[in-house]
Formats: sequence, structure tokens, C-alpha cells
Amino acid sequence: MSKNHRLRALFAILAAAALAVGIAACGGDNDNESGTTESAGLIQKNPDNSGVQVTVGSKNFTEEYILGQIYAQGLEAAGYDVSTKLNLGSETIALKALKDGEISGYPEYTSTALGSFFQVPADEIPSDAQEAYTQVKAELEKEGLTAFPPTPFADSNAVGTLTTTAQKNGLTTISDLKGKSQDMVLAGSPECRERIDCLAGLEKNYGLQFKKFTPVDIGLRYTVLDKGDAQLSIVFTSDAQLANSKKYTVLEDDKGLIPAGNVIFITSKKVADEAGPDFAKVIGQVQQNLTLPVIRELNARVDIDKEEPAKVAHDYLKSSGLIQ
Amino acid sequence: MTLPLAIFSSFTGAFDFILHPREAVTGGGVQVGGPEYVWHFARTQLEVTVIALALSLAIALPIGLVLGHLGKGEVLAVGFGNAGRAVPEIVVILLLAAVIGIGLRNVAIALMILGLPPILTNTYVALRQVDPTAVDAARGTGMNGAQVITRVELPLAAPTIMSGVRTSAINIFATATIASFVGLSTLGDLVTGRNVYGDDGVVAGAIVIALLAMAIELALAGVQRLVTPRGLKLQRMRQGA
Amino acid sequence: MLLPLAAQGKVLAAAGDGCAPGLPAGFCHHHAETGCVAGNGLFCAGWAIDNFDRYVDPFFRQLEIVLISVALGFAIALGLALLSHRHRFLMPPVLGLTGVLYTVPSIAFFFLLLPVTGLGLDTAVIALTAYTLQIIYRNTVAGLANVPNDARDAGRGMGMTERQLLWRVEVPLAVPEIIAGLRIATVSTVAIATLAFLAGAGGLGDPLYEQLLFKTNIIMVGVLAIGMALALDMLLLLGQRFAMPWRRVRG
Repeated sequence: MSKNHRLRALFAILAAAALAVGIAACGGDNDNESGTTESAGLIQKNPDNSGVQVTVGSKNFTEEYILGQIYAQGLEAAGYDVSTKLNLGSETIALKALKDGEISGYPEYTSTALGSFFQVPADEIPSDAQEAYTQVKAELEKEGLTAFPPTPFADSNAVGTLTTTAQKNGLTTISDLKGKSQDMVLAGSPECRERIDCLAGLEKNYGLQFKKFTPVDIGLRYTVLDKGDAQLSIVFTSDAQLANSKKYTVLEDDKGLIPAGNVIFITSKKVADEAGPDFAKVIGQVQQNLTLPVIRELNARVDIDKEEPAKVAHDYLKSSGLIQ
Repeated sequence: MTLPLAIFSSFTGAFDFILHPREAVTGGGVQVGGPEYVWHFARTQLEVTVIALALSLAIALPIGLVLGHLGKGEVLAVGFGNAGRAVPEIVVILLLAAVIGIGLRNVAIALMILGLPPILTNTYVALRQVDPTAVDAARGTGMNGAQVITRVELPLAAPTIMSGVRTSAINIFATATIASFVGLSTLGDLVTGRNVYGDDGVVAGAIVIALLAMAIELALAGVQRLVTPRGLKLQRMRQGA
Repeated sequence: MLLPLAAQGKVLAAAGDGCAPGLPAGFCHHHAETGCVAGNGLFCAGWAIDNFDRYVDPFFRQLEIVLISVALGFAIALGLALLSHRHRFLMPPVLGLTGVLYTVPSIAFFFLLLPVTGLGLDTAVIALTAYTLQIIYRNTVAGLANVPNDARDAGRGMGMTERQLLWRVEVPLAVPEIIAGLRIATVSTVAIATLAFLAGAGGLGDPLYEQLLFKTNIIMVGVLAIGMALALDMLLLLGQRFAMPWRRVRG
């Protein structure tokens, strides 16, 4: 490293430190323009919880890793004996792990729970968060499970495309694809092909035909658009890539095929009873600040900055004043 | 006694998935399963295996033959084979996908790379093991280098080369399962699609992968027998007895 | 720095430090749009150093999976080899059965076990153990068969029983080939165990899957897995030297 470089590095560090001070100040300021961070109060460590073993699970994609870590670290701060199992695969696997007692709980979307577990058709899933929550809670009760109240943010799958592609073809809604989709490749997770809220529904309900369906892991949902492997890709509305850049456009689901859902932490009733009152309190506290901009920001730190979900969750809890 | 029963019913469910179409677990009247449905995935996986194996052969066989004939590059040929074993297949598939992209062509290239080491190493070793007196005799009858390779060394080395080809083929076929992460609809779609196919579909996918792998193994073992020169077979029988 | 801190905060947020609309300033965070990580460069050393702890637990988990599988495979294959060394008629069926287990791709094996053992460590260990059997068995049988008859005769001449002959003459002389089989089995198992995450058993596949197409991540997992394989290979080689000090071992 040349001297010049070293100086520059030193300067960068100083600048970063200055920024950090500024940002921290900004966070503590309650009436700034960018919105306020509601202080949910520091999570108190309760010695009564120390004997209670809790295993937090999650499905295997970015948002779930982060949410799993947020719940796990929050519960740990309250004194619970927490371990994690954050790579459970799809919801079928996660639900089975929960029922088998392999995990104590995991974050699930109300829409996914209603659609996948209880076969509620997409158009009958309530768009109101509380309504969906009440319905899914009632269904889960029958199976000896329980759900805690939903997060502020909702997430759904969506048909995404490059903004340039959307402009060139005059696309704003999914229906606009009619007559154009036969020349376009759609990418989605392998199971999208047969899901009624994915390719199967786009074909059946919207009457669309695609040039080809390319199965890719959900980790590749933007890569396929960037590299031109697909013109359309199944994305999540809470994706970081949709927050800051105008590069991607989400097509409006004008026929209401793809339901949105807020996140609920699902546990078995047994676990909830044994864990005591702090359990529900902590879950409420840690998700209080999880609005759409916040979850997008957290997703960005993992998907774009390649930070570790555990660190991102820790920083979130700290910024929220929940842990020190 | 309920566990064996449950296991048994899981496997009958899987065979039912292979034989009869049914509605996807996620509903909506979407039909999955049945012979044609499963064959569609199996065919893609077999196709990419054949392409990748052919490419591997086209590259590794000539190199192995020349190196083995000349007796040079042992470190390269054998070391490559040993090192190849230590490299996780999924790492090769993903790295290639990240560098060159997704889809049939790129997956075939990645699988081709995985197929190289066993063929190269076995070809090299097979040629080195050819009885030198046979080579000398061939030279004595006035054959040139190319003729010695194709008429004497290659036939004598064929069985060992074929066992390398078998290893490559199985390795390529098995790894092609993971290709459904990177844009190719192989049987990996079934085994990773528990949400839509249910346990029956997952186990069905696994059964078909296992059966096809064994079919490939048996078919290539048959080829290996065919290419083994009669003299060698007799020699082995005598040694074996 | 003379400005009140709150005012500074406002300036920073307004300057758009990557801060999305509606995002509380406390969560503002700068996202680099250029550079190695953002551009998915071939290998971002800085990231790799900062994120090394991601790999530590999965590395040891994978090591655990490999060690259990190879140890079980070794115990079973050795037992089968000793049995069929005495009862020759067992050899073809054992070779056939272990051959089938060897041929079934591990990824299929994981999911074939789904109705039996579900997901988890057991599933991965069973599939990988099954994979190692053929390699270790073949080498052990060959090693025992290649023991020179002179050595056996010498043992008999010293009045050894068949059992003593096996353990004091045949097995020790077969050690190089047994270890050669173990080395191949171990190295291959390390590579395949990278897929154990599909069986819900964790290992290096977990961090690999978290950043699926991030090149630095893929290379880190590759390097760690290869490193584990080479290290275990070296240990086995050293073990052989230790077990047979009278013999120089070829690498």
C-alpha cells in the first residue's frame, strides 16, 4: 500500500466515524424528517426465563434468516436459553419441524399459512392484516399451534421486470403482458411452475403463455433479469432491490392472484404456555419497528452488502434501542 | 408396528406419484405426477448428462492417450484426478453459474468439467499399464505412434478407461440433479419441491434418480465388457480362478 | 463538528446517504454501489476476512458429519471384509449390495430416507456411510488377498491359530491398502457432505446457500471443503506412517 493510499484509508475511517456519530445522533432524534424510530424500550433480562429452552427456526431465504435472528436474539436478551435452526427449507418442512417439536417457533407469512397449510384460495385471503391474522390464528388453534400478532410490514411475491423492459413493452400491470408474454422468459423457483399463485395461476387466471419457464433458486431472482436470462422474474415486494433503485419495476397484480401477507411468529401452544409472559412481549417488541422500508433496508444489507443475517439483526435491535 | 407401515405407504405413495397424475399440494386444479410428467424431468437430466459426458470424453480421452503414450505429465494426469475428487460438485456448478451464467449450455459446461478428472486419470493409468512387450511387438511390425495408440494401446487400455467413464457418468448424472438451482428442469425440481409435490413427489424423484443411476451404471458396465479384448478376458479369468 | 448533533443528522439524512423514503434515520446505512462486493468480483478478500466466522460452525459440523460417516463406514466395511475373507461366497453379494449403495447418488439417498428418518444428521450420516462402504470394502478385501502366502506360511510355522494369523499377519500387511481406501472414501465424503444441508444436516452447504451466487462465498466454501479433505488425507497418511513405522509410505 502506498503512502497516499494509507492516507486515503485513514481519511475514510475518520469520515466513517464522523458519519456514524451523525447517524447515531439522527437515530436518537425524535422529530427528524425521515420518520421516527419508536423506542420499544430495552428488553429486560428475566432470570426466570433462563431455564426455558427455545429453538427458533426459519425458512431458507434472506428475509426469513433475518427475522429468525431478530426473534432469536430478542428472546435471548430476555434471558431465554435460545438456539437456532435457520435453514429449514420450505414451509412444509418448517411446519413439520414445529409439529415434531424440533423447533419452538418460526416466522411465517399469513398468506402462505392460509394458502399452503389451509388451502384457502388466493382470492379469499383477506388483504387486511388483522383479518388475515384472526383467520390464520383460528385455523392454527385447531392444530395445537398459535400465532402472535403480525408485523407492520407485508410481503408478497410479484412479477418483476427491468424498468427498461417495462417501458419498451408498455407494461404496468400483469394483464398488460397479454400478447407479449409469449416472447418472454419467466424465471421463478422450481415450484413456481405448479403453484396457483405463480406460473400456474398466471397461465390459468391471466391466460398468459410464456416463451419458457426457467427454474432458478430464489437467490437468483434479480441475476436472471440483469443477465438477460429472463425478461420476467418472480420477486418479493420487500426486496431491497426495489427500494432504492429505479432499475426494476413490479407489475401490478390487477386480478389479485398473488396474496400479500404479514409475518406472524408461529409456535405450538405448549411452547407459548411454558415460555411465560415475556415471550409474547418480546416478540411484539422486536417486530414493532419492522415497517416495509425497514425490512427492505435489512434485506439490502444481506442481499446487496452481503452482511451476515445475525449481524444485521443485531444492528436492527440495537438501532431500535432493544438491546445494548 | 406403525412405523414400518408408514414407511411402506410413503413408498407406495411415491410409486403412485410416478404412475398417476394428481393435484398439486398447493391446489388450484394444477396436475402433477404421472409417467409423462416425471419423464419430462428425467429426459432433461439424461440429455444434459449425455452432452456433458460426450464433451468430457472428447477432451480428456485424447489428452490422456497422448500423455499416457508418451509417459509424460503423470503429476498432471494423476494429480488432477485426485484433486478432482476433493472439489465439491455443487461448488463447481455454482461458480460456473456465477461466472458464465445459467441454463442448459452453461450447466453442460460445468458438468463437463466434473467429468474430466476420472477419464483423464484412468486413461493415463490404463496406458501406462499396457504391457510394454505388446507395444514393442507392435513397433516391430512397423506401426507408427498413432497406430500403436489406436490399434494396440487403446484396446488393451479400454476396460480401465471405461471404468473411468462410468465414474464420470454417474458423477455427472448425480450432480445434474442440482441443476434445477441454476435454470435447468431436472429431477432436482421434484426432490426440492416438497411444497407442491408433497413427500410422495420428493421420494418419487429420489427413486427415479436412483434407478436411472443404476441403469447408467449397468449399461456402461455392459459396454465395458464389450470393449474388453477377448485375450484380456481370458487372462483375467485365469487369474481370477 | 460545531453544528448541533441533531442538525448534522438531518443534513446526512437529507443528503440521501442511501436512506430510502420512510426509513427511520436510525437505520440509515450506506450501500456501496461499486466495489468488489457490489460488483460480485471473483474474490473479495476483505469480505472474506470480515465474514470468516460464518464458516466456522458449519466447517466443524461438516467435519463431524464426515468423521461419523467414515468411521461407521470403516467399521461396517471392515467387518464385512473380514467375514468375506473367511467365507468367500459372501464376496459377490456384498460387492453387489455395496455397489448399489455406491451408485445411488447421495442427493437421492437423502430424499429416499425422508419417510424413514426425516431430515437431519441421521439422514446425512446414513447416506454418506452407505456411500463409503464399497470403497473401503474393495480395498480391504484386496489388501487381505494380496498378503503373500509366504507370510501366512511363516505365521503358521510359528504356530499361530487362524485368528492370530488374521490379526497379527494379514491385517497388518493389508494396512496400506486399507488406508488407501479410507483416504479415497474420506476425501470423496468431504466433497459430498457439502450437500448435507439438503438433508437438513447443515455443514458448509448452509453458508453456501445463504449467498448462492456470490463468488467470494462459493470460493470460500470450496477452499474450506478442499482444505478439510486434504487435511484429513494428510492425517490418514501420517496415521499409516505411525501404524507401520517399519515401512516408508509413498505419498
